[in-house]
Amino acid sequence: MKTWIAFWNILKKDIQNYYLKPPNISWGIIFPLSWTLMQLIRTTGSVNISDIKQLLPGLMGMSVLFGTTSMLAVTITFERRGRSFDRLLLAPISLSTLVIAKLSGAILFGLFNAFVPVIFAAFFIDLSGINWGAVFLAVFFIAVTSTLLGLMIAVSAKEIFEAQTFSNFFRFPMLFLCGLFLPINSLPIFLRPLSYLLPLTYGTDLLNRTIIGTSMLSPMLNVIVLLVFSIVLFKYCQYNIRKKWIL
Amino acid sequence: MNNKNIVTVTNLSKLYGEFVAVNDISFSIRKGEIYGFLGPNGAGKTTTINMMIGLARPTGGVININGVDAVKNVKKAQSIIGIVPDESNLYDEMDGFDNLCFCGALYGMRKAVREKRARELLEQFDLAKVGKRPFKAYSKGMRRKLTIAAGIIHQPEILFLDEPTTGIDVESARQIRQLLITLKQSGTTVFITTHYIEDAERICDRIAFIVGGNIVAVGTIQELMESVSHGHTIELVTDSNLELYSDELQTLFSGCTVKMGTDHTVSIVSREAIPLLPVLQYLNDKGITVFEAKEVRPSLEDVFVKITGIEAEKLRKEREKGGAVK
Ligand SMILES: Nc1ncnc2c1ncn2[C@@H]1O[C@H](COP(=O)(O)OP(=O)(O)O)[C@@H](O)[C@H]1O
Ligand SMILES: [Mg+2]
Repeated sequence: MKTWIAFWNILKKDIQNYYLKPPNISWGIIFPLSWTLMQLIRTTGSVNISDIKQLLPGLMGMSVLFGTTSMLAVTITFERRGRSFDRLLLAPISLSTLVIAKLSGAILFGLFNAFVPVIFAAFFIDLSGINWGAVFLAVFFIAVTSTLLGLMIAVSAKEIFEAQTFSNFFRFPMLFLCGLFLPINSLPIFLRPLSYLLPLTYGTDLLNRTIIGTSMLSPMLNVIVLLVFSIVLFKYCQYNIRKKWIL
Repeated sequence: MNNKNIVTVTNLSKLYGEFVAVNDISFSIRKGEIYGFLGPNGAGKTTTINMMIGLARPTGGVININGVDAVKNVKKAQSIIGIVPDESNLYDEMDGFDNLCFCGALYGMRKAVREKRARELLEQFDLAKVGKRPFKAYSKGMRRKLTIAAGIIHQPEILFLDEPTTGIDVESARQIRQLLITLKQSGTTVFITTHYIEDAERICDRIAFIVGGNIVAVGTIQELMESVSHGHTIELVTDSNLELYSDELQTLFSGCTVKMGTDHTVSIVSREAIPLLPVLQYLNDKGITVFEAKEVRPSLEDVFVKITGIEAEKLRKEREKGGAVK
């Protein structure tokens, strides 16, 4: 019960203090929107409504990736620098509870971001026939793995700008490597192994299957790989936090 | 106060690379006392406190808090302690009340309970009027007070404070000292670090001098004073020049050292307690009036200087700078 009170209040504080702040919410809306327009105009020269569905999985994946990683840089790096993070480390709750509470905020934010493009798309195209449960699962895994990636970066960075530079170093290549907008098969051969090292590839594949109906790997395999990524990344972050933050 | 130790630290060390920040120190804190670490900047006070509260990992040694191994079982120890760090590190965006409630929640306090306690604390700390203002709009003294309130919202058995009076206004510092005394009266054990001799002198039951990562002396103020001044010194203030009687006094009070002072004063130093009547009688017979006879004690500052070899001047300078500027 005590742990739950602490957990819930850490999550609630992050949501109120960071995620619900206007600049962050609008980031979740404007970025996917402008990217959509850019993609549509680039591919067809003029806006072609039927392309939206093809773009949807990529947009969702991207929204989650950018939303989660940028927010963790703030909620953790910022609090670490102001030393308020020490309060959380000193609370009588386990490090895992603390880390999960911190991650949960970002994961929820990622989920919210993912469905922004969906809501916009719903005005233009017919989205019936999609298995939303499966979509949710795919988005959830993308959110979890992206958040953990963001945490990994936040643990290594001392300053916010450092965290942001680091995360861009990962994020922008991932847009191209993970099949969000270009099929992996169209990448140069030597880059493809890299694609398979990134969890987003599997999440996108799962999402493609649920929304467009095409995929490279079996959904089961995707889920298993994503699960393994989540566990390994979590353990790695936990180990790193223990090592780096408790001096 | 009973004599039961609530905290025991044994052979605690901390190395940063080759640098020894804390060098094999041992000490214990009794239940219900205010125990102070007095030392200059860089002495290892924060490093020690951080190891005790679980924010730094000792290189070696054992920390026992209320029967719990605080190194191996950090979270259990943390549940009964309160912490006031050297920096006021609450959340800038949140108001005073919400900050307190959040800290209560971290210790698992229910909503109704923590809100009641937060209101009481704002009242007690003279912050009720600014309870709805964001923390970033607080003055330094207010920030420190709210940070202390946050440290005790869950009514810890032991409170750790790292330089709580450094860099704040005189009135807030006074309120903080008063508050610590009140806390002690209600049974809380307090561990405080400071580089102000006044803090140590006014509120601590026992003091450890820490310099260069070593504890060089521990004791009550009384004990520390006795450790440097062996014996008693009586100073007499009179109406006449006593130079004339110097030799006579010395022979009369053999075993004592008689020192003539300026302004018609004389000091008598002895290992044993000095009976006053014979001295007064002798001077009276000579027609000398004695206005004042007092026992002279060294100040804690004198004791600190004598034991540590650190000039009091240096400590005072740090104070003027506003303390632990990193
Ligand atoms: N993280 C660290 N890395 C290296 N040296 C450190 C670190 N933290 C403290 N020190 C050094 O350890 C010594 C003791 O520091 P500290 O405990 O902060 O002193 P105090 O709190 O008594 O002013 C100082 O010389 C300081 O420079
Ligand atoms: Mg310090």
